[in-house]
Amino acid sequence: MSAAGRTVRPVSVASFAQSQNVRKDSERNEAESLHPVIAEVFGNIGITKDDVDFICSGSTDYLIGGPFSFVMALDAVGVWPPRAESHVEMDGAWALYEAWVLLQEGEIDAALVYSFGRSSLGDLNEILTLQLDPYYEAPLWPDIVSLSALQARALIDSGKATEADFAAVASRSRRDALSNPKAQVRNDVSPEMLLQDDYVVAPLRRHALPPITDGAAAIVLAAGEKALQWSKRPVWITGFDHRIETHSLGARDLTSSPSTSKAAQMAGVADGNVDIAEIHAPFAHQELIVKAALGLDDSVVINPSGGPLAANPLMSAGLIRIGEAASRIRAGQADRAVAHATSGPCLQQNLVCVLEGE
Amino acid sequence: MADATDQGPVTMLATPIRLDFEFTPGVAQSKFLRGLERGEFLGQRCGACGKVYVPSRGTCPTDGVPTTEDVLLGNSGTVTTYCVVNVPFAGQSIEIPYICAQILLDGANLSFMGLIQEIPTQEIRMGMRVEAVWVDESDLIPSLASVKYFRPNGEPDADYDTYKEYL
Repeated sequence: MSAAGRTVRPVSVASFAQSQNVRKDSERNEAESLHPVIAEVFGNIGITKDDVDFICSGSTDYLIGGPFSFVMALDAVGVWPPRAESHVEMDGAWALYEAWVLLQEGEIDAALVYSFGRSSLGDLNEILTLQLDPYYEAPLWPDIVSLSALQARALIDSGKATEADFAAVASRSRRDALSNPKAQVRNDVSPEMLLQDDYVVAPLRRHALPPITDGAAAIVLAAGEKALQWSKRPVWITGFDHRIETHSLGARDLTSSPSTSKAAQMAGVADGNVDIAEIHAPFAHQELIVKAALGLDDSVVINPSGGPLAANPLMSAGLIRIGEAASRIRAGQADRAVAHATSGPCLQQNLVCVLEGE
Repeated sequence: MADATDQGPVTMLATPIRLDFEFTPGVAQSKFLRGLERGEFLGQRCGACGKVYVPSRGTCPTDGVPTTEDVLLGNSGTVTTYCVVNVPFAGQSIEIPYICAQILLDGANLSFMGLIQEIPTQEIRMGMRVEAVWVDESDLIPSLASVKYFRPNGEPDADYDTYKEYL
């Protein structure tokens, strides 16, 4: 009997695709922007929708401002004959977790997971306020940038980091994004130059904020024979866990992430060497908190894709971390990787996925 | 004696919320809406199953492939099912009773909802042939509001077999 969070049945990240990440896609609706991604994630491994037993998606109606947008998005897949399908009002990383659990149970052998989100349709700062406690916090409309700035301030005051550390994270992320054609913000600007940015909400300067991004992503998971058929070098999920903390910001130590630490422990991050980590930290200072909570040392390559500071499609940015980590392993650039996803204000909820190459 | 500070439980708390969104109809629905602006119904055909969707959302919900072939549909169609609305409700803009029907446009494989007028409500029936009545040309806009309503077009009722798949 395996411990919770550890794999019972090996599951492979068989294929990954993501859209071009852009500031605003004003031409296409959700199904139209998602369809090429679905076609690519199947096409990568030469399969069709008939080869997967289950579909799970992650999205939120708050971004589009309309009900049941996840049902409309199914048009991009085609659901005839009728399909086993599920949806989470979460980043696609959590949809992937649901599919992984079903694969663990052995009821299915392959699953399509996708996510989509267009952050450009409304005022993201206002929309994200509605994830707060609806009685005592949300009516004050504390926007997400201000809440993240509270966290950054606490981190500086604790002595764990400086503004220069935030700038170093942002500089490295966008420089690494130069080699990621799907990224949105790609440039080579030194931390010293970035520190000349104005504050958006002190102590966060422009560079410490994620871009506003429209985008979508998809992954095919496979187990058993299909995992071996669909990959020359299967990338196995060897540990997977997610944990949540209280919604009350005042009750949390915002300078640490115990939910990430617990998920990392359950997923077995420390059981082997970690070559790369894809961390879903939308604000620059949050990468430092998550890196510490995961127990990673400076030998680990963080966010070689550029991470969420280079492209932050809401509801997909976490799923993309898993896809990017798996792609590095498949390409032989890493043997063991950690992917992280977050949800809620100030890293409230965290997911950790450990991936290993055959 | 009751405690003066005990005013009982709070049972209601108002926290007004308002969010504004842009709407992106998409490439296919934009074509449909532009068609309405010209006073015509434009659908799209799925290359896999051959079905014509109106309005098309850009992909076939059955096959999951893009619908790329534009199809100009007729101005007439068949009532597949209907109801007579007798209940007043907030925001109602049409005088009751009125008929709300699913209409299968000629050449389409997807019915959509329309208002039926110029007929006593008791005469509405499945299979009735109807035609779109548009607003004046100068008032046409990229919206279904460009269609004032549908009315009987005088043709004999459609055979049940022609619309039984669309109930």
